[in-house]
Amino acid sequence: MPLRALRFGLCQGLLARWFGTRRGASTLDWHGKISEMKKKIQSILPGGTWDQLNDTGHLPPEQADVVIVGGGVLGLSVAYWLKRLEKQRGAIRVLVVERDHTYSQASTGLSVGGIRQQFSLPENIQLSLFSVNFLRNINEYLAVVDDPPLDLQFNPSGYLLLSSEKGAAVMESNVKVQREEGAKICLMSPEQLRYKFPWINTEGVALASYGMENEGWFDPWCLLQGLRRKVQAMGVLFCHGEVTRFVSSSDHMETAGGEKLTLKRIHEVHVKMDHSLEYQPVECAVVINAAGAWSGQVAELAGIGTGPPGTLQGIKLPVEPRKRYVYIWHCPQGPGLETPFVTDTSGAYFRREGLGNNYLGGRSPSEEEEPDSGNLDVDHDFFQEKVWPPLAQRVPAFETLKVRRAWAGYYDYNTFDQNGVVGPHPLVVNMYFATGFSGHGLQQAPAVGRAVAELVLQGRFQTIDLSSFLFNRFYWGEKVQESNVI
Amino acid sequence: MAAPRAYLRLVSPVWNAGFGGARGLSGMVAPEGTQKKKRTLGQYLADHFSDVQALREYLTQRQMSKVHQKNWIPTNVKNQYGPYVAGAFFILKLGGSVKFQGQEWIGPNGYSQFRQGFLKFQTVPIEAVDASGCALNYNGLDNLLPLKELQTLSLQRCPHVDDWCLSHLYPLAHSLRELSLAGCPRVSERGLACLHHFQNLRRLDISSLPAVSNPSLTQILVEEMLPSCEVLGVDWTHGMKLAPEEPPQDTARPVPA
Repeated sequence: MPLRALRFGLCQGLLARWFGTRRGASTLDWHGKISEMKKKIQSILPGGTWDQLNDTGHLPPEQADVVIVGGGVLGLSVAYWLKRLEKQRGAIRVLVVERDHTYSQASTGLSVGGIRQQFSLPENIQLSLFSVNFLRNINEYLAVVDDPPLDLQFNPSGYLLLSSEKGAAVMESNVKVQREEGAKICLMSPEQLRYKFPWINTEGVALASYGMENEGWFDPWCLLQGLRRKVQAMGVLFCHGEVTRFVSSSDHMETAGGEKLTLKRIHEVHVKMDHSLEYQPVECAVVINAAGAWSGQVAELAGIGTGPPGTLQGIKLPVEPRKRYVYIWHCPQGPGLETPFVTDTSGAYFRREGLGNNYLGGRSPSEEEEPDSGNLDVDHDFFQEKVWPPLAQRVPAFETLKVRRAWAGYYDYNTFDQNGVVGPHPLVVNMYFATGFSGHGLQQAPAVGRAVAELVLQGRFQTIDLSSFLFNRFYWGEKVQESNVI
Repeated sequence: MAAPRAYLRLVSPVWNAGFGGARGLSGMVAPEGTQKKKRTLGQYLADHFSDVQALREYLTQRQMSKVHQKNWIPTNVKNQYGPYVAGAFFILKLGGSVKFQGQEWIGPNGYSQFRQGFLKFQTVPIEAVDASGCALNYNGLDNLLPLKELQTLSLQRCPHVDDWCLSHLYPLAHSLRELSLAGCPRVSERGLACLHHFQNLRRLDISSLPAVSNPSLTQILVEEMLPSCEVLGVDWTHGMKLAPEEPPQDTARPVPA
């Protein structure tokens, strides 16, 4: 009896203690577990981020329909029009690969941001007119629900191109073409120029052309961010990495003339991640080369220009980086609010920057004195020797000025004819170009993006016919020369 | 720079249209705080359901296309009866007023009367247009550009008139004497810079433009640019806010609209 009682008591005590501890522990754990469960459910639900063991969220997807190399304004514009012109919502998977996610060296952000219709080629004028229409309605094209409207800061002050006696005839015929295409350009004699802009010294000027409307300058960063925001809302994927390799298959063929050709098709793009050796192969159907100043290197990765010279395989993409300086100076006696974007007969240009008598300008160096494009250092002597003298001669008020700031940026310079390269490569059949615009890529980006997207989706140009900008012209040696490159 | 207020409001009416049933009438008087909360519900739904997102995008697009529909160009009228009648029809339909040379002002109330007797105005030029507060935009301005005798143009408080519109007005540069842009929320100093074409302008009203960053400096620069024009802009007393003490009667004065 005492034994049983003892046993019972012991058991009871043990049980009680067991239950006690169990209960105490469980109440503590229960709250933790519930919140843990909640977190887990939230992360698994659509829109949540599930913390996996091997998180590959930073890697690009394994498959994409279109891979765009270069996330500048041209690449983003192609992405925008691809998504906008797709037949069914979410039909195309687009991946944009950008190496420099701060855009520290990208031509877009370092650009002066001008837009003009005063070109000599009808194609360039049409591209620019389409783009100006896009920019005017930018808040309709790039509207994102719940986000504030974009402030493009467009200055509709126009371009004023000055011409010497030698170039007057060319200018006159250019203006004729521009008017036929619908641009609002007027010609001015030196007397009219003196009357309208009294601060200009008209010595050596025979004729001037002036844009009344749709010309001026805007904030390139705003366009870039607006495109980025919209494209992200449309479901385009972004990746910070570098394209290091193209995996392609090739077909050997022979032409009727007996020439052997190798047709290539890119199947995979290897994207190397930033600051690591990790890379991801991305299967794709189409690659768009919008790498701006570095698109020549990207083309070489795909085997363009590696064949023997003189053949189609041996023709390189003639796009290379060229460094251009931009200077900002302060001049208290300088021209006033009406100052347009003035381009001198010497090629030097300037425009007003803000309201505080600050001006911004530069000049394209001649072919012999082209600076080293390895870095973005500014050569201040260039301003003293090459930019200031012609500008001070043209605008006497600029004889006293003080340089406030300067920077350098790259042109994606087409050494062949200073015009863009658009459309597929004849041998690497699924690589499309959207590059080589030699300084007017920013202002034409909205239209070029549409043209490339039409070519990818429908197989032909629909809005603006850019057949003269195809890669084939390098093989035939047909230059489409643009005379107004600033 | 402060974003124009009328423009920012674009989002909430869209929301109202989409979820009007759920919010009911209380939404009309709901305080700012609850409105914000409900907007985030809309955002939340749009983030998780692509249908809701598509619906909201569609509604935003429709809101914008309404303005475009209002700014039509009466091509038939223009071809048949000339630019003066077409311009007058357009402005009256938008809710503005028109003054033909040697005639009285015709307001939006006179629209039906004008419809009956417009034939006599075919050759009479329009000399003044008042489009205050109308939903006039860049495309709609095309109706006014053929009016070569237009001397007075008032675009006060037009929510869709922006810098692009000002650069579009240059065909009127020779005739225009008076231009009023007071209270346009989207006009900035960048657009005012291209008014230098208007050398015949005698009177320019650029008061209370919220998008102009330095109103006083801008006014001085515009006066320098147009020496023969009287520029109405910022009140000089308004610019002197830094004065240590303001007279009491100033605060009691009603704020001018």
